[in-house]
Amino acid sequence: MSLLDVQNLRVSFTSEAGPVTAVHDVSFRVDAGEVLGIVGESGSGKTLSLLSVLGLVDKRVATVTGQAMFRGQSLLDLPDREMRRIRGRDIALISQDPMTALTPVHTIGAQIVEQIHAHERVSRAAARARAVALLADVRIPSPEKALDRYPHELSGGMRQRAVIAMALSCNPALVVADEPTTALDTTVQAQVLDLLRALRQSHGSSVVLITHDMGVVAEMADRVAVMYAGRVVETGPVANVFNQPWHPYTWGLLASIPPLTGARQGRLYSIPGMPPAPGTLLPGCAYVARCPAAMAVCHTPPPEQGNGAHRAFCFLDASQRAAARQKVGALT
Amino acid sequence: MTVLMAAQALSRSFAVGRTWIPGSGQVLRAVDAVDLEVWRGETLGLVGESGSGKSTLGRCMTRLLDVTEGQVVFDGQDVTALQGRALRPFRRRVQMIFQDPSSSLNPQRRVGDILTEPLAVHGIRARVDIPARLAELMDLVGLPEAALRRFPHEFSGGQRQRIGIARALAMEPDLIIADEPVSALDVSVQAQVVNLFAELKERLSLTYLIIAHDLGVVRQVSDRVAIMYLGSIMETGATDPVFDTPAHPYTEALISAIPVPVVGPEARRKRIVLTGEIPSPTSPPKGCKFVTRCPIAQDRCRAERPILRGLVDGRSVACHYPQSGTLKELP
Amino acid sequence: MLATITARLAQMVFVMFGISVLVFLIFFATPGSDPAARIAGRNAAPETVEQIRQEFGFDRALPVQYAIMMKRLFITRDLTSFVNRGQKVIPQVLDAVPATLSLVAGAAVLWVLGSLFVGVVAAAMRDTVVDRGLMILSLIGISMPVFWLGEVMNLMSQSRFHDTWLFSWVPGLGYVPLSESLGGWFKALVIPWITLAILYIGIYGRILRANLIEAYSEDYIRTARAKGLSPTRIMLRHALSTSLLPFVTMFGLDFGALVGGAALLTEVVFGLNGVGRLTFHALQNLDLPVILATVIYASFFVVAANAIVDMLYAVIDPRVRK
Repeated sequence: MSLLDVQNLRVSFTSEAGPVTAVHDVSFRVDAGEVLGIVGESGSGKTLSLLSVLGLVDKRVATVTGQAMFRGQSLLDLPDREMRRIRGRDIALISQDPMTALTPVHTIGAQIVEQIHAHERVSRAAARARAVALLADVRIPSPEKALDRYPHELSGGMRQRAVIAMALSCNPALVVADEPTTALDTTVQAQVLDLLRALRQSHGSSVVLITHDMGVVAEMADRVAVMYAGRVVETGPVANVFNQPWHPYTWGLLASIPPLTGARQGRLYSIPGMPPAPGTLLPGCAYVARCPAAMAVCHTPPPEQGNGAHRAFCFLDASQRAAARQKVGALT
Repeated sequence: MTVLMAAQALSRSFAVGRTWIPGSGQVLRAVDAVDLEVWRGETLGLVGESGSGKSTLGRCMTRLLDVTEGQVVFDGQDVTALQGRALRPFRRRVQMIFQDPSSSLNPQRRVGDILTEPLAVHGIRARVDIPARLAELMDLVGLPEAALRRFPHEFSGGQRQRIGIARALAMEPDLIIADEPVSALDVSVQAQVVNLFAELKERLSLTYLIIAHDLGVVRQVSDRVAIMYLGSIMETGATDPVFDTPAHPYTEALISAIPVPVVGPEARRKRIVLTGEIPSPTSPPKGCKFVTRCPIAQDRCRAERPILRGLVDGRSVACHYPQSGTLKELP
Repeated sequence: MLATITARLAQMVFVMFGISVLVFLIFFATPGSDPAARIAGRNAAPETVEQIRQEFGFDRALPVQYAIMMKRLFITRDLTSFVNRGQKVIPQVLDAVPATLSLVAGAAVLWVLGSLFVGVVAAAMRDTVVDRGLMILSLIGISMPVFWLGEVMNLMSQSRFHDTWLFSWVPGLGYVPLSESLGGWFKALVIPWITLAILYIGIYGRILRANLIEAYSEDYIRTARAKGLSPTRIMLRHALSTSLLPFVTMFGLDFGALVGGAALLTEVVFGLNGVGRLTFHALQNLDLPVILATVIYASFFVVAANAIVDMLYAVIDPRVRK
């Protein structure tokens, strides 16, 4: 059984113009011990999907429907009191921006201990000792001193490590990392990714890694789900999706990344046009306006190709893909 | 190859934490005696992480900031000390594009007004000719003419960056200094804007200085690159040799730190993870600034700060033990 | 740290010097009238005016006049009011301080507790009837002029309903010193406290609510929710602690201004002989020495409050500390 199984998740917001659906029938699953990468650009709904599953969206403006089973429990039906027990203890969140993720007026130590005390009955001394051990695990120098530091006294990389330490404090089974390295420098990013890999081994948690960086996905993830305009367009083991991608958006995404090795091209491939504005009604495939291989039938809902680990929502079947992908290559 | 703009022993310091009491506070040398040349017609990529001083250097070179020491020479003329009206001719020829398209455009003005202002102020076009020029600019950056009547917030990030580029182009500059022009944009939009830069360079014979932390983008657009760390240049050279066989250990680490979107055996490569702390920018190490994190640091590195020296193949590197290339003999 | 404090104190002294010069110039250097006559007050005999002229040195240069005035005010402290003949000014002001202090301190306690309650409850129950109701009440509190409210309170408690159980304990208007009777002191001040506090509860409650709502959209609140903390804890330990920073600053400044005499209207309406009331009467009678003294006293408190709040900020906001 999967650790987390999300089916047909739909999130809509109320607005003056009527309900705006930001996440359309998104389904994905995370198994024990694996890293699922969820990749997409801004507006793809990747962060929103996970936040809705965790119950962190404002229920007064957002309507969340669908199913999210965590260890057999349906998360979306749980009353808030039950959900609070799961949050922080069984599922932890690492936010994107380390600069703003920690409360500025409390010390790091106080915030870690607070999380421990929210879920477990331990003495203050024991909680503090555990916090020191966690900070040492994330390779923060002088962890006992770091406990009494305020967030603004640490650099970005250190702050992110403290956030990671806090997330791991109650040994969660699942960690949701929302763009954990986007706001960091390149060399610091490498350090933090390294750390995440090591911690995954030692703590055995599963990870949902949300990012827009295909390189990070390639390095860290076992499986990947590609999202576009609030929908999952392709999902599968990372080697399959990167080496034989099926969906034209994935082709476009991979082709627009400037390469670090190999010949330099005169022009980068760029996907023409822009993503649809949220709330636009799209009867068929969301990518149809920008797809170089679009056909008339693409204005109806695309079927799911593949029935194994690798799947894509597209009308192109195996025989048509090679030819269609040429069109993407030819535009370079 | 003519030098269009040069920074000569350029330094810019900031006073940090100063109070009334004289002698308090510390000095932060954001740019530390930097020599950098931008050749006419090229794209020079200036790479560094946060705190490297690359943005400060860019602003000093556009004279948006005053220089503490050293010179800025543009097309043979020393512009270091110019102020106010005297800078006007310089401003027409050197323009800057900023990182955040949302905050660098005045939200209370329509796009047409934002673009008209430099044309009117500098007398680049007679009043009657301005609409034609505006239409031309929109066409250059790939936006519809109707965009002139809208406000910046009505556009997406990529479109706003195009407006920023149009604004810079309105002056018909020779040199454009772009500070992180695509960092705030999505990958697919980045590609569009990067291509636009290349196109404009060809059509208008521009010279670029691109300041960025994203090595992939820098490699894509640059003819030459310069790598900065803590206010000093560590390595410069043509893009291919620097990326394929970096000479400075910092460049090596930087390149190896980037996650590559490739899965499989080709993806496996030497990953250098830097240990050690970034030194405080107000009190850098006595010797080489990179010594606290360098994987090959020796005693000489701790004692003596290396100067930027030429390599036989034309690159320059500030290191006692460059990882590739041969140091030219000192005269 | 010490350097900052010294710098701040030096700044304070400088500002106060500036204020005293300004006050002096306004009162004594405005062209067209005779300062001696003004000090003497109305209906003064010509000999008195001449005597004053000699004493204060109005025939001498301005800086000398200023120096003499300051000396009489602060050093020899024998500046006397010429309206209440012979009454020394400085002791008069100092005697009025306890009343003002009692009024303001008590009202401050009420308004801090009240606005905390209003702000927190309104923010927690945002956009519900409770929230809207509290905000409307706050708006009413701000809109009612304090002198009107005070008079209405007086009307109810002193005359109309004085004989009912609700208000029979209310003593007559006036201040009862603490040293005289604790019960009396308390009973005399309850209604004035409430009157003064209502205005500030309105202001501070609304501001606190706005700050809390803004804090709620911050990332660190999302982190706190993701940690599984209870909503109460998130509100009190995370949202409130950051929202209190501007609250404390404003409180310091308002408290300083009130102690300096800005509670004038309340004091007059309730007959409390505090500094505000003193200033009010002095203004009515154009009793210049008293006005001079109260203005300088008031400015001292405002400047001091400013400086203390600035220094306090470093204590409560760790981001400001070096």
